[in-house]
Amino acid sequence: MVFYVIRRILQAIPVLIGTTFLIYFLVFAMPGDPVAALFGDKQPNAELLKALREQYHLNEPFIVQYLYYLRDVVTGNFGTSFSGQSVNAVLADTIPVTARLALMAVIIEMIVGVAIGLVAGLRKGKLFDLSSLVVSLLFLSVPIFVIAFIGQFGLGFKLGLFPTTVGADASIPRLLLPAIVLAASLVAVNIRLTRGSVIETLGNDFVRTAFSKGLSRGRVIRVHVLRNSLIPVTTQLGADFGILLVGATVTEGIFNVPGVGQTLYQAIIRGERPTVVSFVTVMVLFYLVVNIVIDLVYAVLDPRIRYVK
Amino acid sequence: MRISRMGAIVGGIALATTVALAGCATGGGSNGADSGVISTNGSEPQNPLIPTNTNEVGGGKILDAIFAGLVYYEADGTPVNDLAESITSTDQQNYTVKIKSGEKFSNGEAVTSDSFINAWKDGALLSNKRLNSYFFEDIQGFSYDADSDLTGLKKVDDQTFTIALNSKLADFPLRLGYSAFYPLPKEAFDSNGQVTKAFGENPVGNGPYKLASKTAWQHNKKIDLTTNSSYTGGRKADNKGLSIVFYSDLGAAYQDLLSDNLDVLDALPDSAFANFKSDLGDRAINTPGAVFQSFTIPSNTANYTDQTAFAHFQGDEGKLRRAAISHAIDRDTITEKIFDGTRTPAVDFTSPTISGFNKDIPGSDVLKYDPDEAKKLWAEADAISPWSGSFSIAYNTDGGHKGWVDAVCNGLNNNLKGMDCSGKAYPTFQQARQLISKNDAGKRDITTAFRSGWQADYPGLFNFLGPLYATNASSNDGDYSNADFDNLLKEGSSEPDIDKANAKFTQAEEVLFKDLPAIPLWYQNTVGGFSTKVENVKVGWNSVPIYYQITKK
Repeated sequence: MVFYVIRRILQAIPVLIGTTFLIYFLVFAMPGDPVAALFGDKQPNAELLKALREQYHLNEPFIVQYLYYLRDVVTGNFGTSFSGQSVNAVLADTIPVTARLALMAVIIEMIVGVAIGLVAGLRKGKLFDLSSLVVSLLFLSVPIFVIAFIGQFGLGFKLGLFPTTVGADASIPRLLLPAIVLAASLVAVNIRLTRGSVIETLGNDFVRTAFSKGLSRGRVIRVHVLRNSLIPVTTQLGADFGILLVGATVTEGIFNVPGVGQTLYQAIIRGERPTVVSFVTVMVLFYLVVNIVIDLVYAVLDPRIRYVK
Repeated sequence: MRISRMGAIVGGIALATTVALAGCATGGGSNGADSGVISTNGSEPQNPLIPTNTNEVGGGKILDAIFAGLVYYEADGTPVNDLAESITSTDQQNYTVKIKSGEKFSNGEAVTSDSFINAWKDGALLSNKRLNSYFFEDIQGFSYDADSDLTGLKKVDDQTFTIALNSKLADFPLRLGYSAFYPLPKEAFDSNGQVTKAFGENPVGNGPYKLASKTAWQHNKKIDLTTNSSYTGGRKADNKGLSIVFYSDLGAAYQDLLSDNLDVLDALPDSAFANFKSDLGDRAINTPGAVFQSFTIPSNTANYTDQTAFAHFQGDEGKLRRAAISHAIDRDTITEKIFDGTRTPAVDFTSPTISGFNKDIPGSDVLKYDPDEAKKLWAEADAISPWSGSFSIAYNTDGGHKGWVDAVCNGLNNNLKGMDCSGKAYPTFQQARQLISKNDAGKRDITTAFRSGWQADYPGLFNFLGPLYATNASSNDGDYSNADFDNLLKEGSSEPDIDKANAKFTQAEEVLFKDLPAIPLWYQNTVGGFSTKVENVKVGWNSVPIYYQITKK
């Protein structure tokens, strides 16, 4: 088990270096001069431009710039944004907000998805099953920004149930609406997965055995069916959490959530290399960690899975 | 333990939830919940809040609220003395500034001549890399090439200092309301006399507002300002404070305005252009602003990498073709259909919010839509040298320009024989800008006409003309040069009487109407609205709402 975790972490190192290099290269290849763009339509003085480029090492060749960056990262310093804030501080500001939003969305998704999926699976072919199919297909096919706008306009503006945007104070009540919107876009897959998994498990011999032992229906479903059905669902929830953590850019923009996605988007627009690369690096890191955790949770859910080496 | 595995998962999730959610329990109040505080939209400042280093609206809006300069501008651009007792000159080249006594920064420090002189010297020094350094270029001692002291600034006593300029500039006092000229307190400087970034993170000013606390600036979220009781000038706040909420998506800001969560919004998402007037009724804002928009056809190709690209736009043939193009654009219809009336068709090269603006400058009828005249002029040009090739207008797709470029091209293609006009799209502003600016070899790489525009730094006609069309001026991207125009600008600048100066500038515009170094299109309106909770909302000459006058109902 310990070996397994260490191996996975070691495997993550080349992935991290590879991705930072790739992202740094892509940002470097972005056309345009970010320093000249600071002046808008106005034409700055050539000496001033030169001095600013030197400050951000923008006059150096690509590989030198990348090495400067790596040096900074190794020393735990992700650089500074154009506004003079350290990227570490920007990360520390935005990650908790996005993490909170992602967690809320996944919890909503889990509760709603597993509940509906379980009932649909148990009542296969009945009215509830069919209508859940229709509803989940609907949510699957509508793009998230449409769901977001409908939620914002309908629930937020017309009915006044939620604040229309989140703003600086990203507290749980204010994040509820965007979390619901994010969950709505993901829950359909979860419902289908849980349903399929439940149906498959119900057909297994050990379920028939459990029933013939005389166990109550509730206990069979809870202990034998649900737990075994949850293995694929857990993977999917974990993956969803990873995706949400690396920034729900569109949703964060619509609801003005001061999170990772929105900040990254702004940094890309401004061509702020340190911010963009650092954010992506941290996102990759998150994604790797979440994936390792999911694999470990497998073993907890299914004792047959053992990570020996 | 039978329940251990399932329980471990549930427990783990519950624990993780608690930890993650607990981190957020310490939030502030919601937008504008405090009575008397006006909430408005903004954007995260791109630089620390140092007046000489802020050249974009996000930071500018905050600086104008927390600082006061020698003069401020009324809604129509008229300058009014703020900290200045008087600004006098006998020759329009040497100015004497007297500061009102008893003026203080919000930390209690008195505003003296040194507060201005030290701040300006810091802003002008090349090695400090201040984005607004060009504002000091007319003061004696300024240099773009090496660190050089502003020798033109001399302290007489604590309340008086003199400014010596390189040449006569009658509108110099008018410029002094711009944020680059704000004073700074002693704590802004380090031991080397340089303004520190730390000060820019938590600035101390002397304006109608001040930062509400040490943590008032929540990066990427908002900044809270409260009124500054030590400010005694003409911009005394009629409300209890300002909460500037940063939005990266204007759609979100508009939703907040509609639901009364935001008091004042001074920009709109494109999607709201069509119906904001019906959504907001008399709470909608839509007035022309000091933003001039045009497209430039290079006048002098010596500095262009591809000199053949503009061969048809030189000399007499070029003048005829430029006029023909201008006559072939239906500005009224485009501003109405494409922009839903959020642009105002241009009638000159400046802006209607500037004092001295004249809508009837002789020659300005070249901006009228007249297909017959366009065809006639085009045929005359063809007689000199037949049109060949195609015509493109470069624009950046990240700024909502595609619609009007296509519409302008349609007009040209329909009216001008063989024109073959199309838009040339560049994905980002940065990319288009790089081609227009001179490269390291001093050449411009762009091969098409390009979108151009100007947002005024101070409300003077000269600001729309000098930097853009004077020979070798900093933002003269089309490399236009006309001795008559240069002379008229110079005469206007040395004219002490503002009306006489404006008359000269107007004459200079007459020259531009003949040469059309840029084809004027329209003025960008200030669009937005305000909530049902506030009143007395007016927009200043610079498209920013006059926050200090706004009151809560």
